Amino acid sequence: MEKKKWRPDVTIVLALVIFLFLATTPFYLSMFRVSLLGKYMCYAIVALGLDMIWGYTGILSLGHGVYFGLGAYCMAMYLKLEASGSSLPDFMTWSGVSELPLFWKPFGNPVFAMVMVIGVPVILAVIIGYLTFLNRIRGVYFSILSQAMAMILSVLLIGSQEYTGGSNGLTNFTTIFGKSLSSPSTKLALYYATLIALILIFCVCRFLISRRIGKIFIAIRDSENRVRFTGYNTAVYKVFVYGLSAAIAGIAGALYVSQVGIITPADVNITPSVEMIIWVAIGGKGTLAGPMLGALLVNGLKTAASENFPELWSYFLGFVFIFVILFMPGGLVSLRELPGRIARKFSSKKAEEDELNDAFIADR
Amino acid sequence: MRKWKWVNRLAAAGMAGILALSLAGCSGGALSEVSGESQGQTAAENAGTSGTETSGSAEEGDTIKVGILHSLSGTMAISETSVRDAEILAIEEINAAGGVLGKQIEYVVEDGASDNATFTEKATKLLESDQVATVFGCWTSASRKAVIPVFESHNGLLWYPVQYEGMESSKNVMYIGAAPNQQIVPAVEYLAENYGPKIFLVGSDYVFPRTANSIIKAQAEAMGYEIVGEEYTPMGHTDYTTIINKIQAAQPNFVFNTLNGDSNVAFFKQLSDAGLTADDVMTCSVSIAEEEIAGIGASYLEGHLVSWNYYQTTDTPENEKFVAAYKAKYGEDRVTDDPIEAGYDAVYLWAAAVEKAGTTDVDAVREAAAGISFAAPEGTITIDGDNQHVYKTVRIGEINGDGLIDEIWATDEPVKPDPYLSGYDWAAGLSGQES
Repeated sequence: MEKKKWRPDVTIVLALVIFLFLATTPFYLSMFRVSLLGKYMCYAIVALGLDMIWGYTGILSLGHGVYFGLGAYCMAMYLKLEASGSSLPDFMTWSGVSELPLFWKPFGNPVFAMVMVIGVPVILAVIIGYLTFLNRIRGVYFSILSQAMAMILSVLLIGSQEYTGGSNGLTNFTTIFGKSLSSPSTKLALYYATLIALILIFCVCRFLISRRIGKIFIAIRDSENRVRFTGYNTAVYKVFVYGLSAAIAGIAGALYVSQVGIITPADVNITPSVEMIIWVAIGGKGTLAGPMLGALLVNGLKTAASENFPELWSYFLGFVFIFVILFMPGGLVSLRELPGRIARKFSSKKAEEDELNDAFIADR
Repeated sequence: MRKWKWVNRLAAAGMAGILALSLAGCSGGALSEVSGESQGQTAAENAGTSGTETSGSAEEGDTIKVGILHSLSGTMAISETSVRDAEILAIEEINAAGGVLGKQIEYVVEDGASDNATFTEKATKLLESDQVATVFGCWTSASRKAVIPVFESHNGLLWYPVQYEGMESSKNVMYIGAAPNQQIVPAVEYLAENYGPKIFLVGSDYVFPRTANSIIKAQAEAMGYEIVGEEYTPMGHTDYTTIINKIQAAQPNFVFNTLNGDSNVAFFKQLSDAGLTADDVMTCSVSIAEEEIAGIGASYLEGHLVSWNYYQTTDTPENEKFVAAYKAKYGEDRVTDDPIEAGYDAVYLWAAAVEKAGTTDVDAVREAAAGISFAAPEGTITIDGDNQHVYKTVRIGEINGDGLIDEIWATDEPVKPDPYLSGYDWAAGLSGQES
């Protein structure tokens, strides 16, 4: 063991570089850019959770916006109550509600709200996970189910306007824990809180993966039946990791809504849920650092492209996705394989052409 | 073990780097904004002096910078790009006539991408990085609600060009579209008087239809009309056979339609497939204008009613000029409609307010805007200083076979905006405001 030559783990180095970069940005970027990065970091947190279930355990969830949204809504309810003070939240008045609904009341307490940020997503995830994984619903059937859930939650939120703000969502917050949300110092504090959450969650995920439980996740991904026949109850492991990723998404949602200041049913729906999967795929699943990088880069690129080409940016982004999928199926972390892959693509094409030519000549 | 030593060394190096940067980098960046805050500077002053990308204030040099923030991609793009076109047309006309305060107007276009969080992001960018004097933009209520906190915390000014459900009055927004008492309430009253008091409500499931319908229900109760049905469908819903059956069973005198987008295509096509024309089931829509008629097909809509403040056919000399200029710039096949015209008016109203104030400072412009009039294509419009809405003429129109709308009824003079419906006793419970 001692003699074996040790090479630095690329993903650890990458993660450290990302964290260092994020920790130093407030020194040279304007507040606006820093807040944007804060938003991307929330996406990076979700990507970590998704990597745990998809990259390591092989569960493809196309509805993670649900857990992100539930965490965000729990936090938003607290922020909304704090902004409204003693009066009713504005949307309730114009929707014809005269008294604060019972389930809103405890959210006036920030501690309760923060517990719910994790509690609600986890409880839902455990129920859904228990029902599906125990009944051995998996693969594409689970993906479809998760997607349907995103749809259902979004319709539910829009439909109960008097309790949720409908399609406008929850917005117009003023303070968090008594501090003004628009002041630079609060923004910076939230930024670093998000960074710390990102680092901690990364460490937790990394720790789990390096333990025996992580090996079981990977084994479930590669051959679930074999793991079951060896005597493991795979459903329990899957429920656990699914609940963990829901908790992570919930935390990300709460940090997101505090920084962005709005959450709407559109952020819970299928499109953002699938986008989350795109970040993981672009970054490179099953590497933890890759999905983080994917979330940061894809969203950074989206902002940069849409600012510079407000009319054409979505095409530009599309081309980037196609390029990555064609030439870097392992994601951005497989960057160093890129030259070889391109070379092989072209050489194989050339070989094919030669073959065809030969056949043509032989025919004549 | 070696592995962790290595990691430790890297981390130590990183910490040293952070320290070095923090010592060297205090000149700019977000951190200096925090220290600026403690010194009691205003956020606006501060943003002008720090950050690498700020490019000076809106009034610097020979140009005045304004922002245009609409969805250029996503589901709302089809409607919002036309409003953007009208705003650019107005800016170019003003520039050709010498600009504002002797300066040319320069515009920065941003794409809200039909996504509320993106709207917030882009609004912040326009106000913080571009330091624009004002912003023309938004269409959906959700996008407006999303950007209002941004405009309020930066003390920016948004010119909002679309009719909406009311119950709002931010001092950082100028509402150029109709308030409910300038569109929905008079339309219901007109139809109930001319077609009968039995109303069926159909709408897409989002805030505008739900709030509009709660207004109509309160109005119906007070006036003795009868609501014989109320149905909502998700955005993008396309199967209306069930609802059409319900409408036929309920036998309303008219259907009040607040569907939005693609759903209208399906609804009206299926209505006509069921053999029902405007003579059988009269509908009145508040989200269908000339632009949408082109998408749905005039043949399905012929004879149905709409309620707006402006039509392409509105007979004023200003409108003749506006329609000609719009078509000359963007093509003969393009049509103008109410939100397009409101976007055009917004730019002119802002320019007039800036001229009157002598500066682009938001507080001065807001103060100057009160009472300002503009000879708009829809007739003279005036900003009401109390609620920053606009006096507008209400027009009921009938859709004709060419896809245009013929006015069949209009108020004698522009109606005072009343976003909280405080002039109506029956609306007392809706606004939640003691007026």
